[in-house]
Amino acid sequence: MSVSMLLAVVLICAAVFYVLGNRRAIGVSGGDSRQLHSRPNYYGILAALWFAIPAIAVIVVWQVLQGHFLEGGIVDSLPPDVLERSADQVRLVVATIKSLAFGGIASGVEPYMLESAAGYRSAHGFSQTLMSIMSLALGLLVAGTTVARITPQTRARNGVERIVKAMLIACASLAILTTAGIVLSMLFETINFFKTVPLSNFFFSTEWDPRFSSAGRDGGDTGQFGMIPLMVGTMYVAFVAMLVAVPIGLLAAMYLAEYATPKFRATAKPMLEILAGIPTVVYGFFALVTVGPFLRDTGDIMGLDIDARSVMTAGIVMGIMIIPFISSLSDDVITQVPRSLREGSLGLGATKSETIRKVIFPAALPGIVGSILLAASRAIGETMIVVMAAGVAANLSGNPFEPMTTVTVKIVNQLTGDNEFTSPQTLVAFALGMTLFVITLGLNIFALHIVRKYREQYD
Amino acid sequence: MSTQSEVSHSIGATIPAEVSRRLKRRYAAERRFQAYGIGAIMIGLMFLLIMFVSIIQAGLPAFQETRIRLDVELPADKFPDDPAEQTAEGMRLVGWTGLIQQAIRDQLQPETRADALAMHKLLSPNAEVGLRDIVVADPSLIGKSVSVWLLSAGDVDAIVKGTMSRDVPETQRTISDRQLTFIDTLEEQDRLRSQFAFTLFSAGASSYPESAGIGVALVGSLYMMLVVLCLALPIGVAAAVYLEEFAPKNRWTDVIEVNINNLAAVPSIVFGLLGLAVFINFVELPRSAPLVGGLVLTLMTLPTVIIATRAALKAVPPSIREAALGIGASKMQSIFHHVLPLAAPGILTSIIIGLAQALGETAPLLMIGMVATVFTYPETPMDPATALPVQIFMWSGLPERGFVARTSAGIMVLLTFLIFMNAVAVYLRKKFERRW
Amino acid sequence: MSAVETNIQSETVVPPQTATPSNVAKMRGRDVCVFYGEKQALFDVNIDIMEREVTALIGPSGCGKSTFLRCLNRMNDVVDICRVTGDITLDSQDIYDRAVDVVHLRARVGMVFQKPNPFPKSIYENIAYGPRIHGLTRNKAELDEIVETSLQKAGLWKEVKDRLDSPGTGLSGGQQQRLCIARAIAVAPEVILMDEPCSALDPIATAKIEDLIHELRENYTIAIVTHSMQQAARVSQKTAFFHLGNLVEYGETEQIFTNPKDERTQGYITGRFG
Repeated sequence: MSVSMLLAVVLICAAVFYVLGNRRAIGVSGGDSRQLHSRPNYYGILAALWFAIPAIAVIVVWQVLQGHFLEGGIVDSLPPDVLERSADQVRLVVATIKSLAFGGIASGVEPYMLESAAGYRSAHGFSQTLMSIMSLALGLLVAGTTVARITPQTRARNGVERIVKAMLIACASLAILTTAGIVLSMLFETINFFKTVPLSNFFFSTEWDPRFSSAGRDGGDTGQFGMIPLMVGTMYVAFVAMLVAVPIGLLAAMYLAEYATPKFRATAKPMLEILAGIPTVVYGFFALVTVGPFLRDTGDIMGLDIDARSVMTAGIVMGIMIIPFISSLSDDVITQVPRSLREGSLGLGATKSETIRKVIFPAALPGIVGSILLAASRAIGETMIVVMAAGVAANLSGNPFEPMTTVTVKIVNQLTGDNEFTSPQTLVAFALGMTLFVITLGLNIFALHIVRKYREQYD
Repeated sequence: MSTQSEVSHSIGATIPAEVSRRLKRRYAAERRFQAYGIGAIMIGLMFLLIMFVSIIQAGLPAFQETRIRLDVELPADKFPDDPAEQTAEGMRLVGWTGLIQQAIRDQLQPETRADALAMHKLLSPNAEVGLRDIVVADPSLIGKSVSVWLLSAGDVDAIVKGTMSRDVPETQRTISDRQLTFIDTLEEQDRLRSQFAFTLFSAGASSYPESAGIGVALVGSLYMMLVVLCLALPIGVAAAVYLEEFAPKNRWTDVIEVNINNLAAVPSIVFGLLGLAVFINFVELPRSAPLVGGLVLTLMTLPTVIIATRAALKAVPPSIREAALGIGASKMQSIFHHVLPLAAPGILTSIIIGLAQALGETAPLLMIGMVATVFTYPETPMDPATALPVQIFMWSGLPERGFVARTSAGIMVLLTFLIFMNAVAVYLRKKFERRW
Repeated sequence: MSAVETNIQSETVVPPQTATPSNVAKMRGRDVCVFYGEKQALFDVNIDIMEREVTALIGPSGCGKSTFLRCLNRMNDVVDICRVTGDITLDSQDIYDRAVDVVHLRARVGMVFQKPNPFPKSIYENIAYGPRIHGLTRNKAELDEIVETSLQKAGLWKEVKDRLDSPGTGLSGGQQQRLCIARAIAVAPEVILMDEPCSALDPIATAKIEDLIHELRENYTIAIVTHSMQQAARVSQKTAFFHLGNLVEYGETEQIFTNPKDERTQGYITGRFG
């Protein structure tokens, strides 16, 4: 039985148990449901839940563990000479056998593989059957006991609510699980990476050249994995972006918060926010076909040599993208500055702009800094714009009109090639991702902390 | 007070000259500051306008395609006799291209071999698809002659639309003078027409711009949106309900809260790395599958959905909860019977915004192998597919001129979806907004 | 007591005792203290709420009268930091016992709030909600009957009988409050707690609610928190005066208003403070 079939059966059985629980409750109440602790349908739901939860739990656990056990079975069935090969090759053989077992097409098939595949298929089939039986049996047992033990005093509603609450908690904890997943998976692969490439090579080398040819095999040259040029490129692009976005965003925020009529504000603010809702791939394309050529042509006229793909192109377009991050957040922050401060300054005879610059801006500064940091973290982690418009060559130069590359570009490049997953060329992406995650996380925590402190101050 | 004073004519009050001068300066500064503010907003909006205009300009032509009408002979000896084999699969080996090339030669009567080659290139290499579909739909045509509108080559399309100029020297265009005269001949014979480019919406990947479409990408994106909807909605709402209604104020709740806020700001590419390491390498789900894409996008959008849903729950006044509790509803009942239905419009808005965010996301999908070139529609969420933004990204890297228009058209479709979704969200918010 | 406890643990719902003689304490508070975090809001309150009587809780703002009222059906459970010590009993059952289901308790001890809070649903649905979740009816006809009698008891039937499907939020403030009372009555509670039910209403609506309280007294035990001493004097048989978290004086309403024993009570009812 396939898993989806089994799930369907589980759901049908759960529905049956709903009816059983419901009936049983009405039965034990002697026909008067007012004698029951809870409404009859709660007894039904309780029975259904107690069928579905154990049954599905068995399926999930089985599915997760099954692969590793069955793989062990394949390895055991391999001839000894195959087992003597390197771990990577054994893994390849196992993968081939697996795909053979389910009618896949594979190259380099040897007779022993077909044999193992047949063995694997029957083991897999047996395992699936066993899983179906176990899952349904456990469900029947638990739900049957639940139904059998229904009395008018059974607190069905409380039982159902406890289960629902447990589910709610599980959903809320998924956020933690996601973070843990990010950290663990990246940490794991990063450690694998540093097994073949020394730390100093990654963190302090200024040369990025992860040679594809030798691919890290047999003690050959693994290439240079210096992340400094990537980091400098990332920071440079982000810096240009902030140079564009901070003045525009801040001035827009101040105007919107202090001068704009409600009507103007109600149109201009959402329009600016459209900028944040446009997919980054669209910005990338805009940079590639409009802004890049425009800068190049302007450079030609002025006698400058400007590349269409450059730090400038990517930075300007990214700057446009983050304008609303700064303007909206700063706008919120500025409107939170208490009225009394404003009135105090205006009452002294200060003009509106003087009030804004001398009183409101300093008062809102922590919040504004927070919003700028959040925007900066966005810029550092942004991928598509730089992939499409910043260039791929890792070069360390101070010229903003030359292409440079960034951390995110290299993560994409290293993972979209045909490299083996376990080669350092691929694993370096996780090391880069880890670095990126740590930097942006640090910025976010710091920024959110500032913003929260600021809010508390004026709440 | 200064002894030097002069009368200010406008208001009739006495203001010292020095103060008056200074006032003037201050007011000028005031006006300048306002102008900067308006200027900043205008610059932002101008960029938006330029971007939209340039994309629409480049993309509009791609919604039209040029077709050539040819009378194609379908000699019975080239087709399988058995009607059971007259299917798309059974007729795969029929020399469709040969039939079409014969048809255009019959039409234009080449004098030399070079002429014939130039004629062949007037048609898209994928023109046969159109012919095959017609024959598969009606096998009785076999043995007869059929008049069909076939897809022209991208260069012909560009000449007809005027996006490629006839006036430049022959060496600088990808279409020869000889071919131009053929085009004119076809035009005179009324065998050339522009029509709405259904190919753009139905086709999958192709190395020829005229036959490349976003069909497969749309289906892939649709599958992913379904996965996101089915997972992010229940999980997000459940998490928000727990945090907003049940969670005790303790360290664990704090940790979850800080976590969610931070996850919302983690670069999307990091979620791609997570998906690659966990879903593909550990759980061994297939690469390029919309299911995996949907899972990654779910994790990415969950924080957004949770934060927005909590705001919607917070907007329901506590008196409603008290009213339900006061007549003996349990907390769970008060939430599921009263609070959630009242917060439903807000929750719906938040999930739509989450979906819009997921629809436009590209970077994490590159990590999990959705950059594949896929020709056939995925039948289930486990089959390889690509996504609309990824398709846009892949096209943007191709050198042919026709792909710029294709890319822009793809972007227009994507933006249309996003604008529609956001409009629905805004409408819902306006319509059901309740002041308590 | 032990018999009652085993009853609770075996999770039987004790049927309301019929033909209870009056002047029996329906609810009883013994040494009730309430803490909000570190802060103590109520100090050793001892009080008996007599069956089929109206007990008024009066006192200046922040004296703890509402806090005490909310203890009587455990609405304070909603507040995380709130902690209650001492005993509160309903028909001699400790309502803070772990075995007591708070939902059943609230079905027996209903509550009407300061601001009318009808659900944003139809008038009918407002009333029908309680009977539905408690499973008090077997069919639509019975439910219709409950809705009608509840509205009649609340004196609202004549005004709304033709528009049961229109939203409850569309009624006037006084009507909304009577709707809330009808909603509380619909689940057949034994005790009704009213937390300043008239403070958001105009004098005419207030008079109607007071009349209603009079009528309800025949079948229900009522505890009402009020700011207005005139109201307390008009509607109640017993009055409890709270001050700074202490129950200062408790007795017959007439005695409290004409011959208070404590000088703080004297001061309050003569309007020297509060």
